[in-house]
Amino acid sequence: MIPPRILPAPSQVALAFWENVQSGALFVNAAISTKRAFQGLVIGGGIGLILGVINGVWRPAEALLDSSLQMLRNVPHLAMIPLVILWFGIDEEAKIFLVAVGVMFPIYINTFHGIRTVDRGLIEMARVYGLGPLALFWRVILPGALPSILVGLRYALGIMWLTLIVAETISSSSGIGYMTMNAREFLQTDVVLLGIIIYALLGKLADVLTRMLERRVLAWHPAYQTAKGFAA
Amino acid sequence: MTTAPSFLRAEPGVDRLRGEADTVPFRPKSLGRAAVESQGQGKGLGISFRGVRRCFGSREVLKAIDLDIPAGQFVAIVGRSGGGKTTLLRLAAGLDAPTSGELTISGMPLAGLHGGVRLLFQDARLLPWQTVIGNVGIARTPKWREAAREALADVGLADRENDWPAILSGGQRQRVALARALVSKPGVLLLDEPYGALDALTRVEMHQLTERIWQEHRFTTILITHDVAEAVALADRVLVLRDGQIVLDLPVDLPRPRREHADPLATQFQALILKEV
Repeated sequence: MIPPRILPAPSQVALAFWENVQSGALFVNAAISTKRAFQGLVIGGGIGLILGVINGVWRPAEALLDSSLQMLRNVPHLAMIPLVILWFGIDEEAKIFLVAVGVMFPIYINTFHGIRTVDRGLIEMARVYGLGPLALFWRVILPGALPSILVGLRYALGIMWLTLIVAETISSSSGIGYMTMNAREFLQTDVVLLGIIIYALLGKLADVLTRMLERRVLAWHPAYQTAKGFAA
Repeated sequence: MTTAPSFLRAEPGVDRLRGEADTVPFRPKSLGRAAVESQGQGKGLGISFRGVRRCFGSREVLKAIDLDIPAGQFVAIVGRSGGGKTTLLRLAAGLDAPTSGELTISGMPLAGLHGGVRLLFQDARLLPWQTVIGNVGIARTPKWREAAREALADVGLADRENDWPAILSGGQRQRVALARALVSKPGVLLLDEPYGALDALTRVEMHQLTERIWQEHRFTTILITHDVAEAVALADRVLVLRDGQIVLDLPVDLPRPRREHADPLATQFQALILKEV
């Protein structure tokens, strides 16, 4: 009914999947995409986290940096692609840079907000009970901000894949994005569809991992206590 | 400080009434341990207020408070909301500084937080991301685990050390908070209406626990409360704070343990205090 060029049958996509698995191309491309994604996440997320912490705990830093960051945040980072290509060419740096810029802001904003909204009463209590600035940060402020930071992380993961797809389709010689763009050249709609499915799966996998992380580090949170006789 | 107002001593049948007051009607198992006979060790620290004033803008919340609290005394401060009770307590905790005047703790001027002073808040203020024992040992001093276990046993929560605060009841949370204060062996314990939000039975339980712990450790205690019955049940001395001034300073020398309800003597003390509030 529908021409295979528009939408191939699931069996054809499965076949394309099998061919790509056999040739090993799928794994190579998925691995390289994942590596780029996480390099960008670590760099951008790390910067966002550090800036969020500094601006959250130290008012002068907020006055100095926050409004500039808010301004930059409102620039669609994908609009920087031409500039990034001029700066870095079409090498790895360009893609990692774009991912880093994309994930930095959600992590920054949520870290900052999380730190600012830590219960003042708990901070006061900690001071009365003799905690110094470092202990206060590690035992009260950071754990208090963690639920918010993890929301930022989950949001950042979505942006991470999105950015990477765009970056890889524009300039690349490897990765899932390259695989799909290359398939488009040869009208291999089944491979294009396969690429989309792989992206969806990678995104889902990242989300599942964060949920596991949340359940582990937020075990204290009533929202994560399901069994164990919790009645409320 | 040890004599009751004359009308109470003149009361006929006082001895009989006091005899009755010795029987405590409700004593849960976890609190049943008799007070350790370490009384009178004098580990408490004395607090003095010398002409202490505290203004917020043009509003004078505390007006030249002069007050001496000897080491080991249990003082209750009663008053209406906005009467300056909490301000006074925050000054004693070193969380706030007086506009003029001076506070001393065992003779030394108080400047900021003091390691020997611990404060129990209205809400327990437990860290939700720390287990019960992690909260009690919050300062992570050397050998904190042993000290925290001991304090938890003291408040009857030895078996809950690995629970999250979220699954505890209100009374249990305040007990954890009490254990957290005890772990550092404070010289002064400040109680900012810690039992105001608890149900009546739990509150009586907490009163008995507070009294026993105080008798064991002999720290100086200042209890802020709006519950006159609570003040009479626990304190050696009740102060009424009204419009930033101490308008009544009443020694309460009822024998311990005290009965909270239907004790005519306590009722007379309560009436005396209520007249001034």
